[in-house]
Amino acid sequence: MQVKKLVRTLLLLLLVSPIAIFAQHGNEEHSSGNHEVKTEELSEADVKAAKRKAYIKHHLQDSYDFAIWHAKGIEFPLPVILFDEGLHIFSSSKFHHGESVAESKGNFYKIFHGKIYKTDAEGTIAMDDHHHPTNAKPLDFSITKNVFTIMLMSILIFFLFSRFAKSYKTSLVPSKGGKFLEPLIIFVRDEIAIPNIGEKHYKKYMSYLLTVFFFIWFLNLAGMTPLGIGVTNNIAVTFALALITFLITQLTSKKAYWGHIFWMPGVPVPMKFILAPIELLGVIIKPFALMIRLYANMTAGHIVIMSLIGLLYVFTNWFAKGAFLGLTLFLSIIELLVAFLQAYIFTMLTALYFGGAVAEHDDH
Amino acid sequence: METLLNDFSVGLFFWQTILFVVLLFLLRKFAWKPILNAVNEREDSIQEALDSAKEAKLEMAKLKSNNEDLLNEARAERDAMLKEARTMKDSIVSEAKVSANEEADKIVAAARESIQHEKMAAITELKNQVAGLSIEIAERILKDELSSADKQKAIIDNVVKDINLN
Repeated sequence: MQVKKLVRTLLLLLLVSPIAIFAQHGNEEHSSGNHEVKTEELSEADVKAAKRKAYIKHHLQDSYDFAIWHAKGIEFPLPVILFDEGLHIFSSSKFHHGESVAESKGNFYKIFHGKIYKTDAEGTIAMDDHHHPTNAKPLDFSITKNVFTIMLMSILIFFLFSRFAKSYKTSLVPSKGGKFLEPLIIFVRDEIAIPNIGEKHYKKYMSYLLTVFFFIWFLNLAGMTPLGIGVTNNIAVTFALALITFLITQLTSKKAYWGHIFWMPGVPVPMKFILAPIELLGVIIKPFALMIRLYANMTAGHIVIMSLIGLLYVFTNWFAKGAFLGLTLFLSIIELLVAFLQAYIFTMLTALYFGGAVAEHDDH
Repeated sequence: METLLNDFSVGLFFWQTILFVVLLFLLRKFAWKPILNAVNEREDSIQEALDSAKEAKLEMAKLKSNNEDLLNEARAERDAMLKEARTMKDSIVSEAKVSANEEADKIVAAARESIQHEKMAAITELKNQVAGLSIEIAERILKDELSSADKQKAIIDNVVKDINLN
């Protein structure tokens, strides 16, 4: 009973904690905001709004440091790995949070809007007409905050499930943690894999479906923490996942799958010619939709919650503050659901595409 | 779209792909296969247990009906035996009755015969005694009749008179 209470309290703290961090940030901007009012001649409110917008954007963005509490400066640097006429590996602390130019093997680099650019020793960033830097970008394989989070969550997932798998060696009845994980695994098998792929072929896809389900779900949940490690709201991540789904679909597809695309059975011949390019386009669009759906949902969720928290500091009226606090809590709970739902949808659609790839006869 | 492409990080994509594929293969070997196998095994064993329970139930029902049959048979046999015993008793009793009657009749007949015998013997004896007494009386009468010559002469006269007529 006490454990339950503790878990509930922690969950509540977790949901409220972004507000606390914002509060810290809000105080900080108060002190530094005054300087900018003088130089840029903007009203204080405008500066605040701009700062908030920047903060939200920053929160969603990848970063070269791992910030546990950004405002308090509790963070640790991560390794930067660049390919630029040779391998450059150095700690991200060299950038001093993007404020200074980092030197490595005679080359100079500077972070501008979250990206590393090659510069001269002074760190000059040349701009084109559209305010885009024209400096060269080195090939960046740094262990960023997101990469680090993926590593951590992968280790966590592996540790969790391999331990759970081991518990089966002693007894076929799931152990404590397994009682929670096993129904999810059976859910993926019975509700996602078997209905969409079919009894005959589902087994070979189970590993991928389970991995993708738990990977997305765990990373979505990690994104709910106030650490700003929303990995799944990054298009590169969802692109990689969708690409793997796409490749597996094409590599395991049967003859009937291509038959369906190029020579749709059961329609008149002229229609077959019309449908072929549409279907062919569909092959690309399907994984593209997977990629965008996950990315957009997670990004939107984060922006909405962060904006609502931001509104808490905009309004001075206590009734409004209370209302927005309630709304934030409500949406946070919705986001917990969405975290699961998006993992489910991604896995479900992946299974659906696999099912199409291995469908054998034209029973439409 | 432009910012989306601009935000696209090749490094993140690279690491994500590598890490995900590694995770996929590790999990496949160390987690999903053992877990799914165990789950399947358990489901099979549950199915097996259910099937065998069903079978046992059927077996039980069969045994029960067998028992019922046996019991019925035994009951019928008992009834038959009782019935037989009863009829046997009845027949024995009636037979005994018949034989007793016969015996009694026989005894009665024998008694009657012996009574007849005794009666006949008594009659014969009585006859003999009566005959003896008659002779004695006749002797005395004769002695008395023949005691004088006159009398003897009267008799002879009488007899001779009868003979003359003839």
